[in-house]
This record gives sequence, C-alpha cells and structure tokens, in this order.
Amino acid sequence: MKTAELADAEPETSGVQTIDMARTELRQVNATLQAQNAAANQRKWTIENPRGSHAMAVGLDAPIEVTVKGSTGYYCAGMNKQATVHVEGSAGPGLAENMMSGTVIVEGDASQYAGATGHGGLLVIKGNASSRCGISMKGIDIVVHGNVGHMSAFMAQKGNLVVLGDAGDALGDSLYEARLFVRGSVKSLGADCIEKEMRPEHLEILKSLLERAGAAARPEEFRRYGSARKLYNFHVDHAGEY
Amino acid sequence: MCGIVGLFLKNDELRDQLGAMLTDMLVTMSDRGPDSAGIAIYGAEGDGLKVTVQSGTPDKCFAGLDKELGAALGQSVRMKVMDTHAVLTVPDGEGKNAVDFLEKKGLCVMGIGEAMEIYKEVGLPKDVAARFGIRNMAGSHGIGHTRMATESAVTTLGAHPFSTAEDQCLVHNGSLSNHNQMRRVLARKGFTPKTENDTEVAACYISSRIAEGANLGEALEGTLEDLDGFFTFVMGTKNGFGVVRDPIACKPAVMAEADDYIAFASEYRAFADLPGIENARVWEPEPATVYFWER
Repeated sequence: MKTAELADAEPETSGVQTIDMARTELRQVNATLQAQNAAANQRKWTIENPRGSHAMAVGLDAPIEVTVKGSTGYYCAGMNKQATVHVEGSAGPGLAENMMSGTVIVEGDASQYAGATGHGGLLVIKGNASSRCGISMKGIDIVVHGNVGHMSAFMAQKGNLVVLGDAGDALGDSLYEARLFVRGSVKSLGADCIEKEMRPEHLEILKSLLERAGAAARPEEFRRYGSARKLYNFHVDHAGEY
Repeated sequence: MCGIVGLFLKNDELRDQLGAMLTDMLVTMSDRGPDSAGIAIYGAEGDGLKVTVQSGTPDKCFAGLDKELGAALGQSVRMKVMDTHAVLTVPDGEGKNAVDFLEKKGLCVMGIGEAMEIYKEVGLPKDVAARFGIRNMAGSHGIGHTRMATESAVTTLGAHPFSTAEDQCLVHNGSLSNHNQMRRVLARKGFTPKTENDTEVAACYISSRIAEGANLGEALEGTLEDLDGFFTFVMGTKNGFGVVRDPIACKPAVMAEADDYIAFASEYRAFADLPGIENARVWEPEPATVYFWER
C-alpha cells in the first residue's frame, strides 16, 4: 500500500488509528482496512462519523479490531475474515453477509438479513434483528440479545442462531442442519422446523456461545429447534409444504 | 427502489426549519431514486384553501391566472408561483369550482388543502428541491419521495406524493400487484385514479377509507388487508403522519423519535444531520404494523 493512502489516518499514542469519514472517502477507508494483513502493526482502528454509510469495513482479512463510532447502512462488515468489527450504533440491511471468520458486534439493532449466508465467525447483535436474520447461514454463529423478525434462519444449513428474546413468524422455514435456540416465544415455526430435545451437548454449545457474546442468560432457559428432515427429499405427500 | 422521507414536528419552534431539514433528508436519498422527486409540505393554514397546480409552460399558463380564477369565482384569489408549480389560495368552499376551472384550462392539479402544498418534478432531488425553494418553506410536517420508476413512466404526474383528497397525500416504496383490480373497485366509490401509477391507487384507497369514516390508523390498517404487493407507505394528513409496511417488509424503513420530532426514512443516512439524532430513539418499524401520530 502506498503511504499516501494512509494520509488521513491519525496515529494516536494509544496505538489506535482514527479515520474520520467526514474527511475521508468510504473507498479509501475500506482500501486502508483491506490492506492490513497478519503482519500489520496497526491492529486497532476507529472510524468516526460513519453517518449510515453503506458497505463500511467490508472484505477485511486481517486480525485487526475496527470500531465504528455510530450507525451504518447496508452491508456493513460483509465477507469478513479474521477481523473484529464493532459497530457502536445500529446497522442497516445485510450486516455481516457471508462472513467467513472473525467477530462482528453491533450495540444497537440490525436490519433485515443480518448474517445471511455466513460460513463462520461470530455475529453478536445486542439489540433486535429484524426479518430474515441468518437466512441461508452456512456455519456462522449468531447471538441476538433481543428479538428476531419473521423468516429468520430460512434455509439455514449449518451453525447456531441464539435468540435471547422472541422470534417472529416462520422461524427456521425449510431448515437444514443449523441449530436454533430461542429463550422467548416463537410466533410460529416454518415448514419442516420442529422443537427438539435439548441434550447436554447442546447446553454446552449454548453456554459457550452466550459467554462469547457477553449475554447474561442461562442455557437452561432456551428451547432448541431444528429440522424435521422431511423436506430433504421430495415426497408427494409433502408437496403442499414447499 | 425508491427513497422516502418524512418529518413530523412536535416542537413548533422548528417550523421555520422544516423545509431545510426535509430537503437535506430528501437529497441524501438521491441514490435510491434519481429520476424524479417530490415533497408535500403542511404549512400555515386558516386563510383559505390552497390549490397546487403544475404546468409544463408556466410562463404562459400562470400569467394572470389568479385574476382569471378570481373573476370566475367572483372572489379574490392569491397566487404564489414556484417554477412549474403555482399555489392558488381560494376562499373555503370554492375548492371544487377552482379545480374545475383550472382543469378546464389544461393545468394539472397536484393537490388541494388548507395546509398542504405539493411540489414534484422529474429530475435529481437536489435540483427539484432547489427549483421550488423547498429549503425556505416552513410548516408542521412534510413527506418526500425520490423515485426510481418501476410501474409507470417517468413523468411529473408519475412522481410522488399523490394526493387524492383534501390535505391527504401518500408516498410509497414498492410495487402493488392488484392495483388494476382495485382501480375498478375505487372508481365505483368515486375515487378514480388519474394516472396509470400503482401508488395513486393506494392513495385513492386510503382516501376512500377516510371518506367512509376511518381514521388515519384504520385506513392504513386496511391496506394490509386489501392491497397486495410490496409497500412501505408514509401518509400525511392535515394534522397527522402515518407509516405502514407490508407483512413481508422487504422495503427498508427506519424511524426516529426525538423530543422535537418524529422522522421516517428509507435509510438511516437521511437522519444523520437531524438535530439531536444521537439521543433519539431509532427503530425499524415492524412489518404489518401501523404507526401514526396526530396533533
């Protein structure tokens, strides 16, 4: 990377690099963060004045910590690998889409399809997530401290969705092998999603996820939901379920 | 894709800033709808009925229009010309006569109301707002729209807001799938949409429900039952402001309530410059849930 690209980053004595989006273009902010790698010296970054910008801190691939001082728009922290992205406000639609690894934490709410298609890593939403949270998730772990909206975990294939509040309509519709844990009420279950027995190994998984997400809840308070596996292969008796 | 903004003041001290606040919100939503823009602003009321008209040849059509209309009504008429639009203030009770006269002259009537004025045109939101001087307008509440057309042509009349009754107007992000059927139902009730636009059908539907005695909340509730398709609606009335999203809720929406105002936008970006937004309650309106406020 050319040093010129770092011109707007202000080194501070604490070792935190600060980028002010009032003075720096989004593309430059992302290019600067994307240029960090495993050998990077500057591990901590703060982004000021995000003002709801789209595609903040996307495509990161280094063990860096990025704190966004405010709310973001569409597609924040998409395709994240290794990095920890901490949004101090709320996030718009498509938060942490297709995350591979790392951690994304949102202090406020997240709009629709948070964590969609994620393959790995941990997504923590401290407020509510709206509709389609974890749609088609493929290995990501998602912990929502509040509620999730309708059609959450639709076609979810792998990973864990933990909801400390309530879930909306059609939770886990057409679910594959993702595990869903809900502490509050579930408005309705989607096609082929059923409540399942909470076994000791599930309590272990849940305990670990709650700890990692800083959630003050006991695993025993949750119910587990999963796939009935009736829609895996077409059967004419189930034609109406699709 | 379209952009919607709305602002409903709780603190009258901000009235003079309403136009500026709405303009900034509208311009921020340009990416969502660069082909046309419009705004309805609820300003001062009490000295008659305001008829907003539009003309493609304003120099010719608006010259002496106030005197002609005044002569036809036998009453005095005031006129304010803003680019392609003119707001004619006629005495209460003369609304229908004024509209008949103006439509016969080939002018497009955008809306009528004691408080509401509507300005909409094809073009970038910043240009549209500048042409009409929206920034300098005062009022109690207003709604705006930036359009990326899907269901009908990019024309002045296809732009939002749509007003289908006195002081009522609607902006919409989405597309309706049963608007042709609903068009026929509404025509039988005397609410015939003037354009091919699906949003105007929704506006007619809400106006018809209010005419039948529903309040703003009940009328918006009815859209969930009777309109099929994707929608985030924001509705303005003389003293009210309402929001509803369809049950699937694909179209984005965010709301904020501060001590001084209630704000709506398609995206949070539009709130970034609002005073006190950092301490406001910001939330995403729930699907199939009506929110409304009246003063």
